[in-house]
Amino acid sequence: MIINHPLLGPRDAAEFVYKGDAALIHRPDGMAPDALEKFIDYGYLRDNPAGEHRELWFHEQGDRSWLVVTRNTLTHEITSVELARDVARREGRSK
Amino acid sequence: MHDLIALTPLGARDPRRDHHLGHSLIEVTDVALASVAARLGREADAAALVATVTGAEAPAPARATASAFWMGPDQWMVEAPFATHEDLARQITAQANGAASVTEQTDAWCRFDLKGDRLADIFERLCNADLRRFTGGKAVRTAIEHLGCFLICRSPTHVSVIGPRSSAGSLHHALLTAMKSAL
Repeated sequence: MIINHPLLGPRDAAEFVYKGDAALIHRPDGMAPDALEKFIDYGYLRDNPAGEHRELWFHEQGDRSWLVVTRNTLTHEITSVELARDVARREGRSK
Repeated sequence: MHDLIALTPLGARDPRRDHHLGHSLIEVTDVALASVAARLGREADAAALVATVTGAEAPAPARATASAFWMGPDQWMVEAPFATHEDLARQITAQANGAASVTEQTDAWCRFDLKGDRLADIFERLCNADLRRFTGGKAVRTAIEHLGCFLICRSPTHVSVIGPRSSAGSLHHALLTAMKSAL
C-alpha cells in the first residue's frame, strides 16, 4: 500500500504507523461535568465501517507528521491524505 | 576541569575511513547540529531565523541547503563547523526571539559520508529512498537497518547519512556491507 504524503509524495505504507480513528483528534474537555461519559466514549467506542474510514497515520520512519487518511476498508483505496494539523485547525482545534 | 578524551561515535580517537573500489565511506565528526522548530503561529519568523543563520532560504520540504535541511513541517536542522560553532544551539537561540525552539543535536547523531559514482546501487539495498531520482539538495528521512536516518543527497556522487549515534556501529556495518556487496 502506498500513502501519498501531502508534502513528500508517495511513500510506502511500511514507513507509517496506524494510530486509529481520526475522531481521536477531538479529545473531550476533562473539566466538563459530563467528562466521564465523554471519555468512555472517546477511549472505547469506535465505529467499524465497511467502506470509507477516516484514520490517523503517523509517518514514523519519515518526517514524523501525523496524517488524516481517508481509506476504504473494503478495497484499501485511499481517496484523501491531509496533514492532521490542517484538519484539526479547520475543525476548530488549534493546539 | 576533567581531562577527558573526545571519542568519535564509533568509539575511536579519529574518524573511521573506509574505501572500496573507488568509493569512500567517511565518518564525519566536525559538524555541529541544532534543530529549529517553529512555535505555534511563528512559522514565518522561524523560517526567517533559519535563513538568517544559514545565509540561504529555509529549505522546502525534503530539501537541503549547504548548511540546513528540512526535518518535518516547520522544523529544520542547522549544520555548522564544530570548531567555530560548538555552542551552535545557544548561538541560534540568541537570535530566535521566541519564534522557535532550538535544541542541541550534535551528540545525538553520527554522520557517514559516502562518495562515488554508484551510490544508487548501494542505497537501493539499504532503504526505500529512490536515490536514482535525487539531484543535489535532497533530504529525506528513511529507515536504514531499522534505524531512522536522514539521507542528504548533496550531489548525486556525495550522500550524507545522519543516524542515531548510539547505533553508529550497526549503521556503519550496514553501510559498509552494502557497499561491498553492491560494487
